[in-house]
Amino acid sequence: MSFLESVLQRGIFAVTAEVGPPKGTERSVIEKKCLQLRDYVDAVNITDNQTAIVRLSSFASCLIARECGVEPVMQMVCRDRNRIALQSDFLGACALGIENFLCLTGDHQSMGNHPQAKNVFDIDSVQLLGILNDMKEKKIFQCGETLKGEVKAFLGAGENPFADPIEFRVYRLAKKVSAGARFVQTQAVFDVEMFARFMEEVRKMGLHEKTHILAGVIPVKSPQALRYMQNEVPGLSIPASLLERMEKAPDPREEGVQICVEIIEKLKTIEGVRGVHIMAIAWESIVPEIVQRSNLYPRPRKEVG
Amino acid sequence: MIVGERKPVTEIIDNLKGYRKVLVLACGTCVTVCMSGGEKEAQELASLLRLKGFQAQAQTVERQCEKEFNLQLQTGICACEAVVSLACGIGVQVLADCFPRVPVFPGLNTTFMGAPVEQGIWEERCSGCGECLVHLFGNVCPITRCAKSLLNGPCGGSRGGKCEVKPERDCAWQLIYDRMKSQGKLESLLEVQPPKNWSFSRYGGQRKMIREDVKL
Repeated sequence: MSFLESVLQRGIFAVTAEVGPPKGTERSVIEKKCLQLRDYVDAVNITDNQTAIVRLSSFASCLIARECGVEPVMQMVCRDRNRIALQSDFLGACALGIENFLCLTGDHQSMGNHPQAKNVFDIDSVQLLGILNDMKEKKIFQCGETLKGEVKAFLGAGENPFADPIEFRVYRLAKKVSAGARFVQTQAVFDVEMFARFMEEVRKMGLHEKTHILAGVIPVKSPQALRYMQNEVPGLSIPASLLERMEKAPDPREEGVQICVEIIEKLKTIEGVRGVHIMAIAWESIVPEIVQRSNLYPRPRKEVG
Repeated sequence: MIVGERKPVTEIIDNLKGYRKVLVLACGTCVTVCMSGGEKEAQELASLLRLKGFQAQAQTVERQCEKEFNLQLQTGICACEAVVSLACGIGVQVLADCFPRVPVFPGLNTTFMGAPVEQGIWEERCSGCGECLVHLFGNVCPITRCAKSLLNGPCGGSRGGKCEVKPERDCAWQLIYDRMKSQGKLESLLEVQPPKNWSFSRYGGQRKMIREDVKL
């Protein structure tokens, strides 16, 4: 069982964070971020060419993270690889001891730095979950043939409670859970009330009993950053009151951290939320402070191995 | 229908470098309806080419995608040095098959299989995947109309009914959701759609249909 899974199984409020690999070969970038995060999170998500910008691969970065003593969550997107490549990478990752996988559809290539690329989208995130879950539980490939060896994998999904059609989001989550998602990391929560309403629907369907839900949070450094997210990132709900707070704050960085900590405190009280996923994009160094100020430190001990 | 868009005249002229006597060939079907490769457009292009010093004439073939129609051209074709076909990519190839020694240049970019949604606006509707599943999605094809071809959508980027990839485009999954809701069939969207069999699509290589019952 992965460490992340064991933390969640024990009912400990989990903390994960996101690490984006570099646009190049410098492993020190990943090492530095991982060492900063190591004692403050239970696992680190390694993104898979997020926003369709070519970066050092998630697979390789996961191995570097492990060498730093950090448990990785390998993100896998369906944009660049078909079912053959995805299954193959999954086998490889399992053989090398990666145990957490987050199945995502992936940002469209037009958002990234190779907009002229051909996309794959042979399967979508729900189907990827189903395929990996069958490889784990039934020991079969998508084609039905059997595979050999042990598959220790803790499978997860993303979900955005704030995108349209809003009434359908919880049902989409239900599909991911039925396909095999044992943990879920959500889009960043700024609008806690809206998220609480989503969780109410989640509880009505009993999904919180079937999967571990980690709510996403993003600490913001400036009112400009928050405004950018409001305007440019589809599927984010940012209350006007937060923007006002950031704009009036004498020290926006401190205000951003404080807002993030307050959101985490509120998330802890929502029934069915089993942890937080901190996406401090290009600001990983702030994660330890957020974890400490949210009274989530120290983290449970990892058995080395 | 097949929708095409005329290539920029500069590109057509570039391709015609070294030729003088040019036949501009319209097609009387799809590209006539989408107002890009019909008789009117062929006449216009021929006039433009004449202004640029070509000896250009226009003619129309009812359906360039069927060789019987093209073969009626025999004499006209032989009198020219090159042909600019305003048919779709299918028409261009069938025409070239009929007259393998005549240089044929495409005058259109074949864009998609679609439909006019209002005067002057056409939209893609079908990808020809070879295994139609549109009834499962309220008759809105997610393979064609969702930027990520999600069979278990919507993704997390749908906002106000629009697609995150192109905000002027409708989110296919919002359309699917609305249609299924209006039909009281939302339940069926809860079913996980399995991975699609793409072997019927172009990913299996060029496709061919043989109907023994109608063969001569």
